[in-house]
Amino acid sequence: MISFLEYPFNSQMILRKRKALRKQLMVGTHFRKINIAVLGGSTTSEFVNVLELFLLKLGLFPNFYESEYNKYYEDAIFGNSFLSSFKPDIIYIHTTQLNITSFPTFDSNNEKVESLFQVEINKFKNIWKSLEIYSCPIIQNNFDFPINRSLGNLDCYDIHGKTFFLNRLNLFFSSEAQVNKSLFINDINYLSASMGLNKWFDKVLWFNAKYAISFEAIPYLANNLTNIIVGIFGLSKKCLILDLDNTCWGGVIGDDGLNGIKLGNETPEGEAYLAFQKYVKELKERGIILAVCSKNEIENAIEGFKHSESILKFSDFTSFYANWQPKYENIEKIAEEINIDINSLVLVDDNAMERNLAKLHLNTLAVPDVGENILNFIDHLEYNGYFSVSRLNVDDFKRNTFYFDNQRREQEKSVFKNYDEFLISLKMEAKIQIFKDIYFERITQLINKTNQFNLTTKRYTILEVEAMANNKDFISLFGKLSDKFGDNGIISVIIGKIEGKSCHIDTWLMSCRVFKRDMEFAMFDEIVEECKKRNLTEIIGYYKRTSKNKIVANLFDNMGFQVIENNEEEGKWKLYLLDYCKKKINIKTSKYD
Amino acid sequence: MTKELVFGKVQEIFRDIFDDDKLVIQDSTNSSDIDDWDSLNHINLVVAIENELGIKFDLGELSSLKDVASMIELILIKLNN
Repeated sequence: MISFLEYPFNSQMILRKRKALRKQLMVGTHFRKINIAVLGGSTTSEFVNVLELFLLKLGLFPNFYESEYNKYYEDAIFGNSFLSSFKPDIIYIHTTQLNITSFPTFDSNNEKVESLFQVEINKFKNIWKSLEIYSCPIIQNNFDFPINRSLGNLDCYDIHGKTFFLNRLNLFFSSEAQVNKSLFINDINYLSASMGLNKWFDKVLWFNAKYAISFEAIPYLANNLTNIIVGIFGLSKKCLILDLDNTCWGGVIGDDGLNGIKLGNETPEGEAYLAFQKYVKELKERGIILAVCSKNEIENAIEGFKHSESILKFSDFTSFYANWQPKYENIEKIAEEINIDINSLVLVDDNAMERNLAKLHLNTLAVPDVGENILNFIDHLEYNGYFSVSRLNVDDFKRNTFYFDNQRREQEKSVFKNYDEFLISLKMEAKIQIFKDIYFERITQLINKTNQFNLTTKRYTILEVEAMANNKDFISLFGKLSDKFGDNGIISVIIGKIEGKSCHIDTWLMSCRVFKRDMEFAMFDEIVEECKKRNLTEIIGYYKRTSKNKIVANLFDNMGFQVIENNEEEGKWKLYLLDYCKKKINIKTSKYD
Repeated sequence: MTKELVFGKVQEIFRDIFDDDKLVIQDSTNSSDIDDWDSLNHINLVVAIENELGIKFDLGELSSLKDVASMIELILIKLNN
């Protein structure tokens, strides 16, 4: 039944079996609680029920505040005691074209139209401004189009046109979201277009129950919003694993040979596979890691990418497994090689049996039911939102380079007799500094994505990161590491909270990219320096066990802390600064300029 | 479609929406008999019936569907037209 919640969504059954679905999803454990305030310009109750299902599926346990019917404006501007005690983690403003205060009338002149436009943008600017007090991300619908327009085609370019007015507003929303870091646009303009306005809007439901969207559209809207939340919380997948035959090209390379496979503009099928490759290449260019897992001879597999029309090249793949072992074994190796969790992987394979086997053995692996028709593959990847991001940042573009650099490091490692020599040869340089505004996004991303080297696994929004950076009671440091092979970007964060003469390590994490490079010691040395500057006398360290952070369970012991308490679930340690002696490490540390 | 067949399908829909496998509806069953049968779940019931039976209720008809008997009656009229 859970598969109803995967693309293509079965709206009818989701709504009908909603309660049973909820029960089934609630069987899971380890939910992360999240408070979502839904400020609606129309009825939102059934929408909220369905959104709950999509979030539960992700492992988020939502608690909702719903504004009274069409009280989004009042709640935002004047607030109310419920909303303030609710402490939202996310605010969603569900408005549609039905909430436009006034569209231009035909007797409006240019000036009048302009003033109506200003009224509308000021309304929303004020809403976003006054919601800033909640210091949380705001997700705002842009506008769908009305289902009827009396001006016909002229409506889209005459100054009195409704669609013209809405297009201008949408453009304004987009440009606001480019500068306002806590504003995220839920693009219902695109969503309604892709469904078709006649499916998106249901006149009977609107006149009867004031639903601004149809019941069929509810799961699509809930999914779209969930994808934004995936981006905000950094829950998106990192790596796409591809099968080869009938996935990257048509036909079987081992049987048909390089000239026999269908790829390229000569045949309709060849074009379709080319279009899929083009899409995958785009994903790679914005930071998604690519891997191959195929039952093939390795020579044949590599040869396929030498096809003159192939957009994907062998060098585009960070990990490449073509052999006759069971796929789940190869997928485990891919995860190990890239050093990411199985739950960060997505497998696209045209063979239903292979998909089922992989899913059976690796239950956290994402395996969309793509079928065997290449035309549908992209839609499955896109609608399921695996790779959704809320912002693009430079480190994302570079991510593939990071992993390639790491492969070169691995190769070099084997040349050295001992590990220390290898580390010296890397000529590592670290830059460690107090949080800086231009890096808030990357820092937030790292805080929300890092699972393994993460002592407390506390998650923070960008606004919380900003607040800590500006608070004198916090020592918040981030670190960058580069070496002769390349720059790893920002890979570590440590946050200390000052209470009296003690510094409490609230958060300490490091990307798996730089494990075993002594970077943790560099970070710790720096926070010790900062503590000394503030005349603090001790550092208190905390560890909270999760299913993934066993690697740092003994970190504080190893750093020379004394244990205060430690049980299975969590521990607390103490270190007198006078007792601390620096470890010898092979990293040259400097400050940012 | 016979009345019995329609009744069976409607009963399944009620069981799904109210998540109660043992729910047995009767002609006289109305919103005061089922706790969760509020105006919002009423819409849910109606949409599910429309989808299941491939019919569409008219604008004014939703509020006239006060009990199971009136639902079945209207469904049969629509199916036979």
